[in-house]
Amino acid sequence: MPFVDAVRLALAQIRVQKLKSFFTLLGVTIGVMFLIAVVSIVEGMSSYMEHDFVGKLVGVNTVTLRHRPEIGGDITEAQWREMQRRPRVLVSDAQPVVDALPPGTLWSLEGYDQVPISSQWRPAGMLEASAVEGDYFKIRELKAAKGRLLTTQEMAMGTPVVVIGEDIATRFFPNLDPLGRSLKVGGLPYQVVGVAEPQGSIFGLSLDRFVIAPYRSPLRHLVNRPNVIDVIRIKVSGDADMIETQETIRQVMRGRRGLRPSQPDNFAIETSESALSFWTNIKGKLVIAGIILPAIGLVVGAIVIMNIMLVAVAERTREIGIRKALGARRRDIMSQFLVEAATLSTVGAAIGITIGIMLAQLIAALSPLPATVAPWSIVAGVLVGAGVGIVSGIYPASRASRLDPILALRQE
Amino acid sequence: MHTDEIPLSATAERKVVTQAAGEAPEKDWVIVARGLKREYDMGGEIVRALRGVDVAIRRNEYVAIMGPSGSGKSTLMNLIGCLDTPNAGEYWLSGDLVSSMADDELARVRNREIGFVFQTFNLLPRATALHNVELPLVYAGVSADERKQRARAALERVQLGDRVTHRPNELSGGQRQRVAIARALVNEPSILLADEPTGNLDSTTSEEIMRVFEELASQGQTVIMVTHEPDIARHARRVIMLRDGLIESDERREKFSEKLQTGGHAAIGLK
Repeated sequence: MPFVDAVRLALAQIRVQKLKSFFTLLGVTIGVMFLIAVVSIVEGMSSYMEHDFVGKLVGVNTVTLRHRPEIGGDITEAQWREMQRRPRVLVSDAQPVVDALPPGTLWSLEGYDQVPISSQWRPAGMLEASAVEGDYFKIRELKAAKGRLLTTQEMAMGTPVVVIGEDIATRFFPNLDPLGRSLKVGGLPYQVVGVAEPQGSIFGLSLDRFVIAPYRSPLRHLVNRPNVIDVIRIKVSGDADMIETQETIRQVMRGRRGLRPSQPDNFAIETSESALSFWTNIKGKLVIAGIILPAIGLVVGAIVIMNIMLVAVAERTREIGIRKALGARRRDIMSQFLVEAATLSTVGAAIGITIGIMLAQLIAALSPLPATVAPWSIVAGVLVGAGVGIVSGIYPASRASRLDPILALRQE
Repeated sequence: MHTDEIPLSATAERKVVTQAAGEAPEKDWVIVARGLKREYDMGGEIVRALRGVDVAIRRNEYVAIMGPSGSGKSTLMNLIGCLDTPNAGEYWLSGDLVSSMADDELARVRNREIGFVFQTFNLLPRATALHNVELPLVYAGVSADERKQRARAALERVQLGDRVTHRPNELSGGQRQRVAIARALVNEPSILLADEPTGNLDSTTSEEIMRVFEELASQGQTVIMVTHEPDIARHARRVIMLRDGLIESDERREKFSEKLQTGGHAAIGLK
């Protein structure tokens, strides 16, 4: 029987028995729905991690040097203790590191901590404040939405001025223009000279809750011990080799720390790639979960389809007898039932894909997760649907094809 | 008509044809069966449904196979219809040795050579008359357009040209049987094989169906009909009687044309 006829026949069968078909399809529909939804969420998170999260937090072509990694995966208690014992990065480390890198390399020093912040209008709250020096704003690609950024003079002088994030502006200066007004950081007044452009949020956490003052301002005494800094941040020009850059920094630091070749690094160099590696790790686990969950649904779906098809073969024994009497060969009957099972489950998969996409969009709308539907997951959904149908249809279809036409015709 | 010119009695003819075992019969013989045996194992008990049956049927014959229940006529019909294969003996259909064929080959033979008409019509209940008639063409691999055209023509042949889109439950018993006849004819089979074709019909409708058979036979269609009703069998020009798995008698009626002249079967109503 031609394929098109077989599919048409199968669709007619589904139309006739809507309710039964619905229950038959349920397993496959749910399985594929989960597949699409989970894959969409993982893909969404993934593109988010790769473009927004790491871009905003670490930055492209950027290397950070800290005494321990900021974004770590699982670490043991022993590792944590070892990291706590490490020497801190010093202000004096910055110059040798920068000197070892090609000219034109951007750099910044940063120290940060939670400090009490208050204004005339609002009581104090513990919020993160950073004391920075160097090309901080260029590296972070921060621009002023109102006012201006810190000037080189202010950086050099340690003038008590701050650039604040959108959230800080609205919190401490309600319905007021923050420019020129005073913000108390760690008990001392700082003049607000600029409000940075909004940075958005990651997983619902705002990126606009920051206060940035010159490193040489009194803030540095609150965030770090003398001469200690949290981060040296380096941004190399676009075409520079990131691995080479990391290696240069590593060698300078090892030299300064006097490490013997057998000793491991006692500092951490991170790039957007290394920050991503922990995400890749999580993603792998999520994808496995995203495969196992739908797989359960699909196995259940396959069993249901097999049962329904066996019932269909029993119910339609006479029809099979008629078809055989009229010249249907085994493979005609076989393909009829296989196509029927495959069509049934592909329809189920199509419904699952639709619901899955809607679910992904619903999640994207209601949560900060940006779910994006991957085209391959739709293809996979359809293939999985048809595959489940064929696999679960083989046994019933072969039973149908082996029926004796005389006995089949005799059946009521 | 060709058959009318053969001088031998049906029994004598059969003997001539069935003697040359293992040899393909001449082209004129549509069915030649030699020593057909069929046994069933019914839970340890061997039932010998056919115990060595010789049958020879020429093209264009109109034959009734009769016998009481248990005589083996259904078994013979299944063998003739290629739905079953014999335990012993050979069966030639249109020059092909069917008795040694495998399943799929038998399916092809059923499709090309045999048009079935059943007592219970055996139409697909959810399909339209047209689609039911198309079915043998689907398995013959005929294109959709040609299928529709030929199925329509077959339905017109049985005066159902205005019922193509009706489903079986929207048709009367006689109409359903005529759809089944159209379906049997659509592939231009060598034989039209009818199993108690009027068994589920009232006497008026039975006559109507027999008129259709009569007309087809007069147009040259080979018709083989299995029945236990003498009233139905008398429409045929040759009656094979079975009893206990053997042929009891095989008689050709008086020449068809003479039959018409005697007026005994005026009710046949050929147009």
